[in-house]
Amino acid sequence: MLAAASGSATGMLGVDLLRPFEFEFFRNGVFVATLAGALCGVVGCYVVLRNMSYIGHGLSHAIFGGYAVAGLIGINLFLGAGAWGVLTALTIGAIVRRRPIGSDAAIGVVTTSAFAFGLAVIQIYGSPGRNADALLFGNVLGVTWADVWLIVGVSIGALAFIFVAYRQLLFTTFDAEVARATGVRTTLIDGLLMVLLSATVLATMNVMGVTLIAANLVVPAVVARMLTDSFARMLLYAGVIGAVSGFVGMNASYHLDVASGPTIVLTAAVFFILAFVAGGSFRRRAGVVGHAH
Amino acid sequence: MIETVGLCVDYGAGDVLTDVDLTVTKGDLLGIVGPSGSGKSTLLKALLGSVDARLGTVTRRDGLSVGLVPQVEQIDWSFPVTVAECVGMARARGWRTPWITKAERVEIDDVLDRLGLKGLGKRHIRDLSGGQQQRVFLARALFTDAEVIFLDEPTSGLDVRTRHEVLHLLDELNQQGLTIVLTTHDLNGIAAHLPRIVCLNTRVIGVGSPEEVLVPEVLEQTYGSPMHILEHGGMRVVVDSPLQLVEDQGA
Repeated sequence: MLAAASGSATGMLGVDLLRPFEFEFFRNGVFVATLAGALCGVVGCYVVLRNMSYIGHGLSHAIFGGYAVAGLIGINLFLGAGAWGVLTALTIGAIVRRRPIGSDAAIGVVTTSAFAFGLAVIQIYGSPGRNADALLFGNVLGVTWADVWLIVGVSIGALAFIFVAYRQLLFTTFDAEVARATGVRTTLIDGLLMVLLSATVLATMNVMGVTLIAANLVVPAVVARMLTDSFARMLLYAGVIGAVSGFVGMNASYHLDVASGPTIVLTAAVFFILAFVAGGSFRRRAGVVGHAH
Repeated sequence: MIETVGLCVDYGAGDVLTDVDLTVTKGDLLGIVGPSGSGKSTLLKALLGSVDARLGTVTRRDGLSVGLVPQVEQIDWSFPVTVAECVGMARARGWRTPWITKAERVEIDDVLDRLGLKGLGKRHIRDLSGGQQQRVFLARALFTDAEVIFLDEPTSGLDVRTRHEVLHLLDELNQQGLTIVLTTHDLNGIAAHLPRIVCLNTRVIGVGSPEEVLVPEVLEQTYGSPMHILEHGGMRVVVDSPLQLVEDQGA
């Protein structure tokens, strides 16, 4: 009798967990969140290793501004916001190359200015489309077929770029000066990476929300870095951790009735805590105490 | 292979290099010495083509392939990269597979073997000794099939024994036909053992063999303080004279 009750409870739980998959909007949301997690995880490796963790945060805000401006001048919102993001990212890159200021300072100046401009436009002319809360914190209900195709397209583009330019990207990220000296077109590689980053932020904005995209870019990459000393494995691990965080976080979002952005980030944060604790005990067992240079 | 004529470089606050004429020929093992801020690294970058000349010209032979070994202090030792990945990334020009191919794996093993790094391909670059780390970056430069390799302060931060290892290795590679240009602040440990030295202090003070340029007049002009040369066991040893400098300033 007890066994039957237990089996019944398990069955009920299974039915409960699967119930949201009856809805198309949820299936789309889970698909987009999982793919967005993998995409952000992989792209985030380059962001983290270039010490540009703040750029995801800044770019998402800048793109929010571009979204407003695109609505005002009556062009496609995605195209307008994407172009705004690319322009912002390239401006940051150009400033860092031409003036003796750090990338964090350039990101701070350019992205907040772009965000502020967008906010001013919204204040004066009103919001162009989706409600601001959904854009700020992410919303599973807001995922459309356009979002699905956008994330699929950006993911294919990202994979193709990383496949073709893997070594140039690695060399430029690790040692830009030597890469340039030995003939790698580092300015082109940097520019294309910025375009990819902008497209990634734009494609994931509706699920994650502009305030939490940075976490999706940074946390899986940081967790992966804690798990391996190989760059190739770091890319792989970050993609898997990002995808699992997206899938689990999106399901949690439905069942807990919380916005999808926070639940995805909190899931990734659990991975970080596990990796941190496991990494500490592993290092103690291995007798690793650090390395001085 | 490379020639500079009347080369002047500035970073917006006066010339870092002034009127530099220098020729790097095939088979050279050339050391650039000078005090801090004398323009050693800038000259290296100019020869590489990674800084622009304000005046003058830098002419490189068409199709010349170069490799650069950076200062160890400039390396991000926390970057997740194994020895094999570090060497493999050097072949980045043109279309390459993301993964290291079987043929490249054999070449990498060969170059690591040649530099005494056999079996270390899967190690993280941080988990090596100072001399091994320097050799990994030398292996990376060799893996590009470079005809000229530039090294920026290759023995900086290394102990005496490791410094000797690196010097012997460079000599061996030079004997095998590789052209090498390096900067160093180590007059006795490195420069005195090289066949050709450039003494630099914004401008070229002297070029030649250690016997020709490691002389008090050239060194005093280069370093701005009196220096003496002692002969010890057939070797030239440079000794600075801080007390003489204090006396001169007092006068």
